[in-house]
Amino acid sequence: MRFLTFSGRTAKEILRDPLNLGFGLGFPLILLFILSMIQANIPVTLFAIEHLTPGITVFGLSFMMLFSALLVAKDRESSFLQRLYTTPMRSRDFILGYLTPILLMAAAQGLLCYLAAFFLGLPITASVFSAVLFLCLPALFFISFGLCCGCVLNSRQAGGLCGALMTNVTALFSGVWFDLDLVGGWLKKIAEFLPFLHAVELERAVLLGDFASAFPHLYWVAGYTAVAFVVAVFLFLRQMRR
Amino acid sequence: MEAIKTIGLTKKYKDVTAVDRLDLTVQSGELFSLLGVNGAGKSTLIQMLCCLTKPSAGDAFLNGISVSSDPSGVKRMIGISPQETAVAPNLTVRENLELMGGAYGFSRTKKKEKAEALAETFGLTGIYGKKAGKLSGGWQRRLSLALALIGEPKILFLDEPTLGLDVLARCELWEMIGSLKGKITVVLTTHYMEEAEELSDRIGVLKDGRLLALGTAGELKAKTGQDQFEKAFIQIVKEGESCDS
Repeated sequence: MRFLTFSGRTAKEILRDPLNLGFGLGFPLILLFILSMIQANIPVTLFAIEHLTPGITVFGLSFMMLFSALLVAKDRESSFLQRLYTTPMRSRDFILGYLTPILLMAAAQGLLCYLAAFFLGLPITASVFSAVLFLCLPALFFISFGLCCGCVLNSRQAGGLCGALMTNVTALFSGVWFDLDLVGGWLKKIAEFLPFLHAVELERAVLLGDFASAFPHLYWVAGYTAVAFVVAVFLFLRQMRR
Repeated sequence: MEAIKTIGLTKKYKDVTAVDRLDLTVQSGELFSLLGVNGAGKSTLIQMLCCLTKPSAGDAFLNGISVSSDPSGVKRMIGISPQETAVAPNLTVRENLELMGGAYGFSRTKKKEKAEALAETFGLTGIYGKKAGKLSGGWQRRLSLALALIGEPKILFLDEPTLGLDVLARCELWEMIGSLKGKITVVLTTHYMEEAEELSDRIGVLKDGRLLALGTAGELKAKTGQDQFEKAFIQIVKEGESCDS
């Protein structure tokens, strides 16, 4: 089980970096608390906890994308991957070794967000566990997208694209911070073509236990995830066999 | 016995020929150095021999196994220390060594034993629990060499193993590389003439992907009529240039 050995390394490499812990796990929780405090002090409903928490869990996934992009890019730059390519490890060991631990981190991050939301008034029901389970699908999209970036960009470019650009794109087009129906126009149209809004709506529907409403969004997210995963595998194999 | 044999080995990138119809033989247990200026094709040659890149034409055989038709077979018998230190920075020295053992599919006990034995050999026991990314360049190079050996390779590739090291660290690493002579086949690329002269059984000089000269340091000096190896190298490369023009 060489992929397990490599998974352990991936997890250690990410979790031992305090910046990763701060951004990946800490930042979404801080946002959750700040926005809940804002909600408590304004007369209109902007950040209701059952509406906000699913959005924060999806937004938090953008950091998982950053982790996967940076790790792969750095491993390429430092020739660490080159060294491992001369061992009997196979391509699936590498791909699973990167994906699995980050996917577990994404699920753990989601669970932590829901636990924190419990202290802010979110009732904990069986739907929370379904929401964490369904979060794995957009998580796979974000991680795969990060893998794609890590395969073709250097660490500086990957950090810029995934860390600065994509986190903002996720925030802007996901409907986490504001209701896209209120904005309407081209912003809403673009958002409807991207997976971020659908991922948030999927999470919101699952958290409410309204699986019927989840399905149109599930198709979008599943489609994007499938494409991102296939492209990630293709790009990884291409740089491996170059 | 022939450890490495290349036959018309060629690598082309679009219109650039990095390695050009190379015929080369390295014997078992030999320490063979590849010299050349930047862009000579040294690293590309090593990458082909390590199955990191596919030849455009020709083939190479490592202990009789083809890099083109059986890369998995080749990978079971080689180790590489790349130009960069290629360590996992947030893992400790022990974890780096055990990770590499895991990559070769060793059991937990064997990984531990091999890691401890190599740490002892390379003087890494004092920093066994330290993160690799926190080590100095010299210690990282030592670790890199130990990592290359954990799979018990029959053929070891060292791509500029002392690049960027101070004189003392370089000498220490030379001793370690020298101690491998005769035990396994070592192919070394370097820009340091004294390193090649000190360590190598034979030296090959590459330019524009072609082998310009081959022999012991003494033979190359005698061939060029130079008393210093560096001068001999420069003459070989310059004569190669004049042949090209």
